[in-house]
Order: sequence, then C-alpha cells, then structure tokens
Amino acid sequence: MSILVWVLRRDMMLAMRRKSDVLTTLFFFVIMVSLFPLGVGPERELLKAIGPGVVWVAALLASMLSLGRLFSADYSDGTLEQMLLCPESLSLIVLGKTFVHWMTSGLPLVLMAPLLGLQFGLSGQALWVLLASLLLGTPVLSLVGAIGASLTLGLRGGGVLVSLLVLPLYIPVLIFGAGAVDASTSGLGAEGHLSVLGALLVLALLATPKASAAALRISLE
Amino acid sequence: MGKINWYKYASPASFYGLAGKMIPGFAALSIVFFVVGLYIGFFVAPTDAQQGEAYRIIFIHVPAAWMSMFIYIVMAVYSGIGLAFNTRLSAMMAQALAPTGALFAFIALFTGSFWGKPMWGTWWVWDARLTSQLILFFLYVGYISLQAAIDDPRRSDRASALIALVGVINVPIIYFSVKWWNTLHQGASISFTKAPTMAYTMLAGMLFMAIACWMYTIAVALYRVRLIILERERHSIWVSELLTEGLR
Amino acid sequence: MLEATRLECMRGDRLLFSGVDLRIEPGGLLHVRGPNGSGKSSLLRMLCGLVLPEAGEILWNGKPTRNSEDYHRSLTYMGHSNGIKEELSGLENLRINCGLAGFEVGEEEALSAFERMGLEGREHLPAKVLSQGQRRRVMLARLLVAETPLWILDEPLVALDTDAIGLMRSLFELHLEKGGMMILTTHQELEIAARNAQEIRFST
Repeated sequence: MSILVWVLRRDMMLAMRRKSDVLTTLFFFVIMVSLFPLGVGPERELLKAIGPGVVWVAALLASMLSLGRLFSADYSDGTLEQMLLCPESLSLIVLGKTFVHWMTSGLPLVLMAPLLGLQFGLSGQALWVLLASLLLGTPVLSLVGAIGASLTLGLRGGGVLVSLLVLPLYIPVLIFGAGAVDASTSGLGAEGHLSVLGALLVLALLATPKASAAALRISLE
Repeated sequence: MGKINWYKYASPASFYGLAGKMIPGFAALSIVFFVVGLYIGFFVAPTDAQQGEAYRIIFIHVPAAWMSMFIYIVMAVYSGIGLAFNTRLSAMMAQALAPTGALFAFIALFTGSFWGKPMWGTWWVWDARLTSQLILFFLYVGYISLQAAIDDPRRSDRASALIALVGVINVPIIYFSVKWWNTLHQGASISFTKAPTMAYTMLAGMLFMAIACWMYTIAVALYRVRLIILERERHSIWVSELLTEGLR
Repeated sequence: MLEATRLECMRGDRLLFSGVDLRIEPGGLLHVRGPNGSGKSSLLRMLCGLVLPEAGEILWNGKPTRNSEDYHRSLTYMGHSNGIKEELSGLENLRINCGLAGFEVGEEEALSAFERMGLEGREHLPAKVLSQGQRRRVMLARLLVAETPLWILDEPLVALDTDAIGLMRSLFELHLEKGGMMILTTHQELEIAARNAQEIRFST
C-alpha cells in the first residue's frame, strides 16, 4: 500500500510544478463548449436542449487530449521502466497515477462545468445533476483512457491513434452522463442514470488498472 | 486412422501447408451456400405484403450483422489464447479475421441504410441496432489501426490482442447503453426487431446466407493468415525453400 | 543465485541471440561485452523481466523470476535513461525512486549518499539545471543506499568523469566483496576486482 502513497505524492508534486498543463486542458474545454452557440445560433430553447450533450462531448475530448500526459513523460525519462520493476503491484501504481491525472485534468472540468451550463440556460437542478454526472463519469474516462494511453506509448501518431481506441469505449459514459441531465430536465429523475454511472465507475476501478498494467508491460518490452 | 498431432499445426510453418489445403474446400462450400441462399432470397421467398421487394436486402444485411458480431468474439478468443499461452499463430489468426469483420460491419451499415430509405424515407436512423453496429465498426477500425501502427510484430500482436479483449468486454455495455439511450429518446417506434413475422423460407434463406458468409470468412482468413505467416517468417529456411520450389 | 538457461531473444523478426546460458553466484561479476546492437541491453532487460524471452528460463534462487516479488526486491536495474524527473530536486528524485523500489530512505542517509557522490550543495536544485554527468550521479546514488544483492547496470559510467568512475569502481568492488552480484555492460575498460569474474561476448 505504501507504494500508492509514494506514487500519489510524486505525481502530485510533479503536477504542482507544471501547473500550466492543468490550465491548458481546462481552457480547451471552455473554448470547445463556447464554440457551439456560435455554430448553431443563440436560440435559447435549442441551446438548452443540446447543452448537456455539448458539455459532455467537450469533457470527453478534453479528457482524451490530456491522456498523452499520463505516461509519456515517465516513459521518455525512464522512470516508467523503474516502476515496472517495482516489487509491488503495477496496477496500484497505475491506479495512483490515474487518480492524480484525474485530479489535474478531470476535476477542474467538473468544477467549471456548471458555469458553462449557465451559458446554455440550464436550470439550477440540471446544473447539479450535470455536476454529479461529471463527477462520477470523468474518473471512468481517465481509467479507460489509461489503457489506450499505455498501448500507444512511443508510437508515431499516438495522439490520434489513442482517440480511435478510446472514444468508442467512452460512449456508454457519454450516454448516461448526458442522459442524466436530460432525464432530470424532462422530469424523469436522474437517479437511474447516475446509478449506472456509479456502477460503471466501480467496474472501471476494478478492471482497468490491471489492463493498463498489462498494456504497459507490452509497450515497454 | 492415425492420431492427429494438433501441436504440430500450432507452428506457423506446418499450419501454412494445412491452411493451403483447407482453403479450396471452404471457398467451394461458400459459393454453393451463396448460390442457394441467394436463390431462396430472390426467387423462393414471397414478396412482403408491407415492404414489397425492398425487404430482400435483409438476406445480406442480417447475416452481415451477425457475422460482424461473431467475428469480433472469435477474434477476442484468439487474442485471449495468444496472450495466455504466447502462441504466435492465434495472434495471426485474430489479425487475419479483423479486416473481414470490419467489412461485414460496413456491409451491415451500408445495407441497413439502403433498407431504411424505402422503409422510412431516410438514409439513416439512429436506431439502436444501427448505432451499435456503427460503434462495432469503430472498434474494428481502432483494432486495425493499432495493429498497423506498431512495427514490432510481437508488441503489435500483444497490444492488439489486449485491445480486442477490452473491446469485447465493452461490447455488451455499449449495446446496453445504446438501447437505453434509444428507448429514452425515440420511444422505439421503428426497429429492426419489429420486422413482420418472418416466413419460414425467409429464415431458411438467411441461414443459408449466414453459413455462406461463415465459409467465406474462414477461406479468406486462412488465405490472409498464410500471407501473414510468409511475411513474418520470410527470413526462415522453410520459406526460402518454399520460394525456390515455387520458382522451379 | 541467478541462473539462466538457453535464452533466446528476437527483435522484430531478427534473432538477436540464442542459447545463452549464465550463472552468477554471490560475489560474482558478469561483464557483458559486444558492439552496439549486438543484444547486450536486451539481455540485461530480459534478465530484469522487462523483455520476455522467446525461449529459455531465468531462475532466482531456483525459482522462476517472472512475477516474483522476492526477485524484484533483490534487484536494482539501471538502464540507459537516468530515470530522473527534471522538475524534482536531486534529493527528491533519490528518495522517490527508492520509495518506488520498495524501501524508504531517510533525509540524513540520502544527504550523505549525495556527499559521497560529490553532489553536495546541489541536493535541492531541480534536476533540469544539473549537467548530464551530475544527473547520472543522482541516479547512481541509489546504489549507495540500496541494499539489494543483485545489480544489473547497463552502461552505468556514461557521462561520468574519471573521479566518478574511480568512485564507482570502488563501490562495485565493495558490493562484490560483501557477497553482492553484478551484471554490467561498459564500453570503458574497467578493471574490477572480483572473486569470480565472467564475461559474455556478443558479436553481430
């Protein structure tokens, strides 16, 4: 277990010293969402209808773009190799790294999302549901994305490739995330969607670190 | 009858020969079943009361959709075997199947939209099945591009095997979520499942077509795996012997 | 004791080496020599478990090394890359790398290791302002505090000056004297006194 503490400490320290990375992802998210009203027109009802979906799709893309940071620096300076030789479980290391990655790329989006929701005229309750759905959903994106990031380590065109691998796997999260907000605005209640998102999170927590660890071993051979 | 030594055929060199012997058989079977299936589909099966002649496209559409699903599962099984036992041949089989799977997924999408036009007056509906089919096609594309992006054959085998396994675990989750999404947004007024009760001859035609597709898949996959084996083993002695024999 | 039998390694579709046998007992030194690209690094990475052998097996005290926690606790591997984070200070790098390798190093112990490596006064500088040789020293400082019996070192002396090379030599000799084991590649001529020194020579 102490290995998890070491990884968390290390990656938090590194993230604190590279604060600009956090801001880049966040601003990508903000700009991306703000483009939609310019593209479809400022009609209030339309924006209200597409708002949750737009915020969610932008979160998906932002989280995917930040995946490159997850392992590539450690890969190129050789620290990832040392982690593979660690006597304790590699899955635990992956879990720790993914958690910090989510803290620095997912969590800022979650906190920013209600503000963007306001631009789309979402009601107070819808904003809360949006926040909750992103809070449950974005960790799943980081966890699943970690598999893609580790498989594409060091490949040419890795960034585009990772999107081909990972985006189809993100679809369930997108459906239930955006669906939760829709369900709550149409009066159906978001509990069903949110509990599915919770289940997906548990499943991802259990299964993906092992898969990412296996992928890292394959990629570093 | 002598006992067959299965381990012998797990080595690419001997499988190369075996595959070569099997291809003509499967190819012939596939042609026979295609002819029978198409004959039933076009001449025996009655014209549908509601949909007229246009419905006949399901004789291609449905088997293609089945196959795209089956092939992904078979690929995942081969990938799992390859990862667990470090057998090169199973990884090659998985890779040989992928393009055919993608082709069937594409055919299913294409014919689905052709069926949609006369039925619903639009080329594309976000129906649960078509949408899942589209995502399955994306999964194939991801698998193929990952495998193509890695030059080292061993890493490529193992990495693409892993993504196939991750994909196959996700397929039911994706299918379930797309269905949920569909019922929520459309009330499922139109769906492929609600096709009129199928006549016995229609079912028979589809079954024949499905078997034909199976045979075609096996023949093509074996052909492709032979090419992969040759490419991978091009430095080995048996391949150079084979090539000089071929020239003679 | 580390033992390997009939190791075979493929890179792409090229056979790098096959039929490599080796056996190292406490106090033993194995020097792997050969030109660039002959498979030295691959052999070392294979012995660590980073590369799966195409054929053959590797045993640590009679048991397979694959997924063996005991083996990984006994092993220190250093490869071509320094494994140093540029944003962290030398001291942080050392303590974190040790933590990830499964043992804790106190501040005092780490500082004295830095002093012996000739890095005093630079402990708290971020690694990005250190020179290549100094970064190498930060990495090698781990050998001073690690108590692992088996060292696998791939070109450890690259970028080091003569003083540092002399220091490393005495460190290697001390390790072997205490019953440690070492597998090494270098391009420098380095005489290391050892009770039991062997050599593997690769050719292309």
